[in-house]
Amino acid sequence: MSKPRDYESIPGTYVYDAARGRIGYALNMFCMSLNKAENRQRFKENEAAYLDGFALNAEQRRTVLARDWLGMLRVGGNIYYTIKIAFCDGLTFQDVAGMMSGVSKETYAQMMLTGGRSPDGNRHKDSGPVDTDHG
Amino acid sequence: MAKIVAGIATSHVPAIGVAMDRGMTGTPYWEPLFKGYGPAREWLAKLAPDVAIIVYNDHASAFSLEIIPTFLIGVADKFPIADEGFGPRPVPVVQGHPELAWHLAESLILDEFDMTIANEMPVDHGLTVPLSVTCGQPSAWPFPVIPLCVNVVQYPPPTGARCFKLGKAIRRAVDKFDEDLRVVIYGTGGMSHQLQGERAGLINRPFDTAFLDGMTRDPLALTRITHTEYMREAGSEGVEMVMWHVMRGALDDNVAEIYRHYHVPASNTAAGLMILENRSPS
Repeated sequence: MSKPRDYESIPGTYVYDAARGRIGYALNMFCMSLNKAENRQRFKENEAAYLDGFALNAEQRRTVLARDWLGMLRVGGNIYYTIKIAFCDGLTFQDVAGMMSGVSKETYAQMMLTGGRSPDGNRHKDSGPVDTDHG
Repeated sequence: MAKIVAGIATSHVPAIGVAMDRGMTGTPYWEPLFKGYGPAREWLAKLAPDVAIIVYNDHASAFSLEIIPTFLIGVADKFPIADEGFGPRPVPVVQGHPELAWHLAESLILDEFDMTIANEMPVDHGLTVPLSVTCGQPSAWPFPVIPLCVNVVQYPPPTGARCFKLGKAIRRAVDKFDEDLRVVIYGTGGMSHQLQGERAGLINRPFDTAFLDGMTRDPLALTRITHTEYMREAGSEGVEMVMWHVMRGALDDNVAEIYRHYHVPASNTAAGLMILENRSPS
């Protein structure tokens, strides 16, 4: 058994480590197939049928069909892979980042324009507004 | 003899490439970022290197999770532009430098860096955006390129200290190459950014500033930053900054900072650029 990792204390973050690599392989390899234009076309024409060609479990399949971007991370999705589904939908990294952080596109864009999300209060789970511990 | 003459560090945000490809660099959103790239382009055009080694990471383009090389060198004579899921970028094919690349591969492996060797490989925004940032939009790239990929997608990436040592080994190998070539080395990725999860959008300007300062003041101290510290302080994707250490390791102990540019935001990312020149007496 591997020990809990110190990075698990970072809030709102899904490190693509060995554990996620083991559960997410099929999901991410489906995403990888979308690098080919003909596969993107087949996926767009019939998403469910296209997914039948990959060994996704029921929850992974649900998150893809529902475009549950956070859910995909929880079942082993890696953002560099799942973003390829977003590209099929005409979305950008920033669109998806806003959806994952639970705010509107405009609110997220404004946050970035004003310097981004501060690390203060976002370094450790259960942390108060200010945390000065550097890892 | 071949010689590494300078190092360039730059972010490789895909949206920067999209902004160039779609002619959006003069918009109010992008203009401040691109204005800061001007002096770097002028400096590089004047330097006119014979070849560039570009240290970058592949983003599910050439390599999937099927095989994950920690360090890889491309030895082909050309590298096509990858389709990353929305068609290839409309930029020139990247010409390689097989003679120097094979020399590096052999030297690095015998110097105990167990490189993966790629004879065929498309290159994605991780490599082409740094070229666009520093060369603009020419009809052909002005110099051949040796791609050097570092895994930063599957945890764990190589440590910063290991990346720095790889840079040292690259320097030793280049110094032994028996042809008068002036080589630049790029370290790409970063700076602070997080693309995933509820914490997406994290930016840490103080961390980035200290990192830029440390490139000249105390690069060895920077190599001791742990992966968890990168992820906690600079965002989960901020760990890409380990690739800057390969570039830094390949330079002299003493370097001069020639130029720096830092801008927030480039999409979700703090975009940094830095030019370093060797300053140790030779």
